Amino acid sequence: MPRHQPATPAKQHIRPMPVGWWLKRTSYFLFMMRELTCVFVGGYALFLLMLVARIGEPDAFAALLEHPGSLVFHVLALPFVLYHTITWFNVTPKALVIYRGEEKVNPVIIAGANYVGWIVVSVALIWIAWIAIGSA
Amino acid sequence: MARSKEPIWWSMFSAGGVIAAFLIPATLLITGFAPLAGYITAEQLHDLIDRSWLVKIYLFILIALPLFHWAHRFRFTVADLGLRGGAALQAILFYGAAIVGTICAAVILIRA
Amino acid sequence: MAASNTTTSNAVVTMDVFRYEPDASELPRMQRYTVPFREDWVVLDALNHIKDEIDGTLSFRWSCRMGVCGSCGMMVNGEPRLTCNSFLRDYYPNPIRVEPLSYFPVIRDLIINLDHFLDKLEEVKAWLIPAEDRELSEGEYRQSPAQLAQYKQFSMCINCMLCYAACPAYGHHSEFIGPAALALAQRYNMDSRDGASDERADVIFSEEGIWDCTFVGECARVCPKNVDPASAIQQAKVEATKDFFKSVLVPWGKRQQPAESR
Repeated sequence: MPRHQPATPAKQHIRPMPVGWWLKRTSYFLFMMRELTCVFVGGYALFLLMLVARIGEPDAFAALLEHPGSLVFHVLALPFVLYHTITWFNVTPKALVIYRGEEKVNPVIIAGANYVGWIVVSVALIWIAWIAIGSA
Repeated sequence: MARSKEPIWWSMFSAGGVIAAFLIPATLLITGFAPLAGYITAEQLHDLIDRSWLVKIYLFILIALPLFHWAHRFRFTVADLGLRGGAALQAILFYGAAIVGTICAAVILIRA
Repeated sequence: MAASNTTTSNAVVTMDVFRYEPDASELPRMQRYTVPFREDWVVLDALNHIKDEIDGTLSFRWSCRMGVCGSCGMMVNGEPRLTCNSFLRDYYPNPIRVEPLSYFPVIRDLIINLDHFLDKLEEVKAWLIPAEDRELSEGEYRQSPAQLAQYKQFSMCINCMLCYAACPAYGHHSEFIGPAALALAQRYNMDSRDGASDERADVIFSEEGIWDCTFVGECARVCPKNVDPASAIQQAKVEATKDFFKSVLVPWGKRQQPAESR
């Protein structure tokens, strides 16, 4: 129970949150774009699910992969998933704060380590896929 | 006030976010653009998944966690866009979809 | 500086000021004033000029005029700012729109109702609760520079509430404890002398606590003292998650008992 006793005035004016609030400031808009990347992240998971569901039928598997709709989805999804990656790495140092004695480890180093790891993992993935297909 | 159960969903959201950030861009290139450019045929990609357990586990992780990432973030996005009615129903719908998707992925990949 | 102050110049700046007079009208309105433009004037100086020379009915809060007291926060051209810190020259020759801090209820003109914020500071126990009670004769509570560094950034908060006016999560849900109160709770949780993080956890780990935050990050950007409430909240989310899984996996593990009569 708060000890502070509010002297609520008889009248006060409440300004409602505008519906298009996220269109009113660039940073809010970018925030909303960041949040909407989840549609493409989830959409890609759904695409992979549809793809593995066709493992038993190679023709249907190929048909989904080569469907124009799937290409359109990939082209649309790429900028959004990249935006997810960038925004995710950039805010990681805010949740992951490391101290070395009295000094906070520079957030740029923490985010930078993520970027380096990302590039290594991405190159490795593509390389492994390349090798695996070559040996198959 | 009670401590929230949100950590269940938030931890899945975070894990999915990390997985998506690190793995989806490269995987997207492999499934989307490599076949188009003629580097991989659909047949080769099919055999790659069909033959390797490691690839199946990789795909399971890449389906399950990003689905939970989507469910959690989408729940808040919908609220931020002003659709605040039926919050409980929305939560059941979104997290439910992620759970169903995860089960489907597990069943399909174990059977395949 | 003194020279520019005394120079008689005809330059003027247009101020569009939010007015809400509950005795006269239910609805707010914008009122336009023309004030002299001075190189070294801030928006607060212009408001004081209006009140002293043009219209004594205009109401607003201010105190120190030097960015310490946190009283004069208002929306300046849509941005939450300390008006004592916002120079007219940065806006001149464009008109300047001054409104009360976003998302808060308005009592009169540029004055918001901050009762909710004060309640939240109490709810999160934004003060030091020593881990061990000590007699004065036992000396001071010692703290190393490394321990101080953990929370020092969050202790810079001046309670100006600009972060709330930047926070859409607070705009949507006024019960949200919000950036400053959560950053201050974290400030004491991270203080090596404090022992009450478990007491605070019931409030800050609740739905209205950290979990209403969608990490927009604007709170950190508008803070005049470079506090980063967004970071404090994300760190608390990590703590809450550890706490939750610990209570699930080791239910017999002891949580600190909340101490009585504090």
